[in-house]
Amino acid sequence: MIYREAGQFKTSYAADQAIFPILQDRMLVTLGILAAFVVPPLVANEYWLQAVLIPLTIYALAALGLNLLTGYAGQLSLGTGGFMAVGAYAAFKLATAFPWLNILVVFGLAGLMAAMVGILFGIPSLRIKGFYLAVATLAAQFFLVWLFNKVPWFVNYASSGTITAPPRTMLGVMVTGPQATAPVRYVVALGVLALFALVAKNLVRGRMGRSWMAIRDRDIAAEIIGVRPLRTKLLAFAISSFYCGVAGAELVFLYLGSAETLAFDITLSFLVLFMVIIGGLGSILGSLLGAAFIVLIPIFLTNAPHHLGLALPVALQKQIELMVFGALIIFFLIVEPHGLARLWQIGKEKLRLWPFPH
Amino acid sequence: MTEVLAGLVAPFADIASSPRFFAEVLIGGVAAGLMYSLVALGFVLIFKASGVFNFAQGVMVLFAALTLVGLIERGIPVAVALALTVLVMVLLAFAIERIVLRPLVNQEYIILFMATIGLNFFLEGFGEMVWGANVKRLDVGIPDTSFKVAGVLVNRLELTAAVTAAVLVTALAVFFQKTRIGRALRAVADDHEAALSIGIPLRTIWTVVWSVAGLVAIVAGIMWGAKSGVQFSLSLIALKALPVLILGGFTSVPGAIAGGLIIGVGEKIAEVYWGPLVGGAIENWFAYVLALAFLLFRPQGLFGERIIERV
Repeated sequence: MIYREAGQFKTSYAADQAIFPILQDRMLVTLGILAAFVVPPLVANEYWLQAVLIPLTIYALAALGLNLLTGYAGQLSLGTGGFMAVGAYAAFKLATAFPWLNILVVFGLAGLMAAMVGILFGIPSLRIKGFYLAVATLAAQFFLVWLFNKVPWFVNYASSGTITAPPRTMLGVMVTGPQATAPVRYVVALGVLALFALVAKNLVRGRMGRSWMAIRDRDIAAEIIGVRPLRTKLLAFAISSFYCGVAGAELVFLYLGSAETLAFDITLSFLVLFMVIIGGLGSILGSLLGAAFIVLIPIFLTNAPHHLGLALPVALQKQIELMVFGALIIFFLIVEPHGLARLWQIGKEKLRLWPFPH
Repeated sequence: MTEVLAGLVAPFADIASSPRFFAEVLIGGVAAGLMYSLVALGFVLIFKASGVFNFAQGVMVLFAALTLVGLIERGIPVAVALALTVLVMVLLAFAIERIVLRPLVNQEYIILFMATIGLNFFLEGFGEMVWGANVKRLDVGIPDTSFKVAGVLVNRLELTAAVTAAVLVTALAVFFQKTRIGRALRAVADDHEAALSIGIPLRTIWTVVWSVAGLVAIVAGIMWGAKSGVQFSLSLIALKALPVLILGGFTSVPGAIAGGLIIGVGEKIAEVYWGPLVGGAIENWFAYVLALAFLLFRPQGLFGERIIERV
């Protein structure tokens, strides 16, 4: 590789525990994050921001949340869509009831709401494991979506049954609502994602993350060495749901603009689960890579025949898209069951020794 | 207070005041439950033999029904079409074992689960590409009409479905208990390694069990197709079969039937008597909540193998 860790000696505990111990890594990541903030708003057009980058950052946040629960704490959940719906509807209620509240505070409170619901539906995880738990979390998914559909209070008695993001400003700039421009919404979503990714990275390196992984790897052994399953599992559900709730609020406020419960159905849960699995269970980077993969693949598949000069009927194209999507998932699972994050790691190891084989 | 009273007392008063209507609801529930059981059976078979939670079972039902209807529409006699469909499902089982399962041997269960979701997408696109996405009618020669037994309405189609389910379960029970390959299947389900060491070919067993699940999918596809037409939404009944599964236990054939009956009857009664109080359409989640409440007391389901945990 172009650079190695040679010659960089760690002289303090702080240096030893840094997220990126190598100077070049630190510089590259800082540059990358800066570029992500600055370049797309300047360069990308409306279509790229609205159709690719904004959903990507939001889905990445949801995938991050699910990865904390499924990848780190080992609790398989299919209720992501439901928890995201809680965040979205809570944000809508809060934003319309308290118009003076800063939109970021609204997102945070909506996340807290989702966390509480997450704890509630996480309680069965103390007795139920594996697939039984996965199906049990489906109860959360269906019940929550039904609830938001049936109780008109959640949509402020709107006859259309949709929630619409009210226009709100932050530092004098329109952030949500129809007048908010795509670059602004992108920067806000990215800021939230960067902050939450940093928090997640530190969470999983610390005491909490380690107790999650102990529970995941063998819960009875973890219990015996003094990890409290009740606290650990419920915290995993709470924090994961917090992330998902914020992502759900963003989905409506920064991406869709207005939504009904249909936007949060079971398909969304599966989509986020795909991101986590394809990206890599138990990896922060994997959540981001997985989200990018799942968002970009359908766009690629939709546009590929057009660029190849093939004119396919719409229905046929849709079916081919489904087939290729399914086949790609199976292909990736066979090639690398531990996801894109593992591929990245292998690539890095290879490059580190390059041009030598060993 | 009056609302609580309405929720607690009024439905029971309704039940007591018209037992005949209650019986009809009950029969409707039993019939619906057996239909769920038909789908759940496919899940149980595969889970028992290979530990794979096959999310694509719902799409396999759709795919089987689509193939059958598509062949009949092209003027092929019903019996031949049925035989061809069976052949297609067996070929599908071979392909799945070779392409999807074999490279993923020994992976974690969640990876295999995701692979079947991928399979789900693929089959959905493939089925629609080959046979078209329109709603098709499947006529099995049983009128969707009702007749009266002791003053209670009974639907012919539902009755047929019930009988079919009973026959299918009996046949499966005989297959598992009496035939050589059925015993091998049970051995594999019990202990993979022990089965391998006494010379049971694991790959053949997996192909067989996916084929059998394919056959069950055909039966379920015919029954559901005759009831509500062959269309995309058929694949969603997989989601309805999941609470049936956890209620009955993932590994138990009788559990799938009992679970289906409990869910079917419970759902219908809740919808008819309690549904109006909370705005209706509770069928979507009631089964899940019922199963969830049940799991809190019996984590392995009704007939599931007792979960023993050791360090």
